[in-house]
Parts: sequence; C-alpha cells; structure tokens
Amino acid sequence: MQHTFQHTPAAISDLGVRELDSMCVNESELKHPWWYNLKYSAWGILFGIVFVKAEIVSWFRIQEMFRFESFHMYGVIGTAVVVGALSVLLIKRLKARTIYGEEIHIPDKTFNKGQIYGGITFGLGWAITGACPGPLFAQIGAGFPVIFVTFLSAWAGTWVYGLLREQLPH
Amino acid sequence: MLDLIKQPWPWYLAGALIGLTVPYLLLVGNKTFGISSSLRHLCAACMPANIKFFQYDWRKESWNLFFVGGIIVGAFIAGHFLMTGAPVELAKPTAEYLTSKGITDNSSLLPPELFSWEQLFTIRGLIFFVVGGFLVGFGTRYAGGCTSGHAIMGLSSLQWPSLIATISFMVGGIIMTWFILPYLLTL
Repeated sequence: MQHTFQHTPAAISDLGVRELDSMCVNESELKHPWWYNLKYSAWGILFGIVFVKAEIVSWFRIQEMFRFESFHMYGVIGTAVVVGALSVLLIKRLKARTIYGEEIHIPDKTFNKGQIYGGITFGLGWAITGACPGPLFAQIGAGFPVIFVTFLSAWAGTWVYGLLREQLPH
Repeated sequence: MLDLIKQPWPWYLAGALIGLTVPYLLLVGNKTFGISSSLRHLCAACMPANIKFFQYDWRKESWNLFFVGGIIVGAFIAGHFLMTGAPVELAKPTAEYLTSKGITDNSSLLPPELFSWEQLFTIRGLIFFVVGGFLVGFGTRYAGGCTSGHAIMGLSSLQWPSLIATISFMVGGIIMTWFILPYLLTL
C-alpha cells in the first residue's frame, strides 16, 4: 500500500492517519458480487440482538459504568477482549487463512495525539448519549426512532472532522 | 427456550459473542472489526465535498455498511419480539442518583425524560441529541476508532495506541458523568 503514496511530509502524515482506519488499508484482491456482503449483515443481526438483549445500548448501563456502580459493562467489554485476543492468538499460531484462502493480516495502529484528543471527545459524547456508534444504530432499530437525530449529528461530526483534519493536532 | 432468550442476557454471554466478531470478520473476509468507520463511509458516499479524507472508494468498504444494516435489523428483532417488558434493573446507587436528578422512568432502555420527541426541541434535548451525537461522530474519527475498533479489536491484537485511546474514552466519559452531566441533567 505504501508505494502508492508520495513521500512528501504531508503524504506521510496522511498515511499515518489513514492507517488508523485500518479497514481502508486491508484491501482484498478478490472481487465478489454484492450479496457476498450479506455474511456481514448476518453477523450484524446477531450483534444487534446481543446489543439489545444485554442492554449494552441502554443509557442507564453506560451511566452505571462511568459511575463505577455496576460490573456489567466491564464484564461485557472485558470478556470480548479476552475472547478476541485468544482468537487472534489462535489465528496467528495456526496461520489460519480466510475462507477464500487469503492470508489474514491485521494492520498495526500507529500512535498519534488524535487518539487522546479524539478519545476524550468521544468519551464526553458517549456519556451524554449513552451510545458509541454501534449502539447508536441499535437504539434506532430497537424502537427509538428519535435517536436518528443523534445519528445525523454523529454523521455531521465525522464530516466536520474530515473538513478540519489538516488543522487539528495529530 | 424463548422465555429464556427474553430475559436480559448475562455479561459473559454478550461479551463472548461480541469477542467472536473479531475472528468471524477476519476469517470470512480479512476485515478488522470497527463500527465508527461506517460514518466515514457514509460521508464518502453521500457528501465527499472535495474533502481529501473522504476521497476513496467507499464501495470497497461497503461490508461495513452491510454489517451496520444488520445491527439495525437485529436490534429491531430484539426490541420488538424478544423483550419481556420488565424495567431495566439498575444498580441501587445509580438509581438513587438518577432519581435525585428527576430521571425515574426505567421502563425502557433509554429514559424518556431525556430521549423523546418532546425533549428534542429543548435546550437539554439539543445537548443530549445534537451535541452528544456530534461529539461521538467527531471524537471517534479523530481517535481513529470507537469502542469496537480500539477497545475490542485494538486491544485484542495488543496494539498499545488502542489502549491509550480506550483510556481516553474512559477519561472523557468520567469527566462528563461526574463533572458536567450533573448540571446538564437539571437543565
């Protein structure tokens, strides 16, 4: 991927920022028809059910978490990290390949100050809305159409970040 | 069986299923888990406006939008067919605190005192919907990921920048919850 960038200072910093959005780096060479994407929708459906049934999308649960008055959310995130880490370890050990036979590659994230400034900014919003981006979609689906307004605003927030990105400290 | 499913699910079951998203996405398509990028892809698809950050082929990332679409459908199924209708059981100190701030209705996942159409056009509504949403969308992209991309995918693959991001999420959330929200709730 690196060779496609010009090595001017601006382009190098741009690469650094793009790598954080690791999905843009990890590009499959395979061309598939659109309905191959339905396997992501299928998992998304399960994911959405889990979000609602474990009350991860609940504003109340996020309040409990940030007030340190319940273990629930820490249990959810902690278990997810342990299961995820063991899976990654296993995939690396076994040199597992994708179902299409491609080598599995997890791009490294590089540090920049955005992770601190942006992270704090997101945390402030998370405690207000009780939703990170995933639960935002789930809240709308679960029967709170008014959260569509929050979603539009989050969308706008991402757009404004794109607009101001060159001026922001990274 | 259905009665069992309708009960709130325990943290270890939810955590395990969410954690399994990491290998699922890697194994079916070499994708790294992350949800907030969907907002970026929507920007690139709908209003790139000559902004360099949105100049890329979002169609190559459309799996992310299919995933998010699935979340909405799954949440719809759970929210409409798999609920008992019982109120959210809150930790006692949280419940007492919220009651003191006038948030007493825990009959659904979100308190109607804050998140309802009637609230939308008040000062408090403006903050809880518009300002809150904006901070989420702006902050996640600035940080390069959200709870899924950093806290789960990033920590699972032992990336230290993700640990810094996750700590920053918590710092922001704690500042808001302990020092700012007490005022916002009484607006």
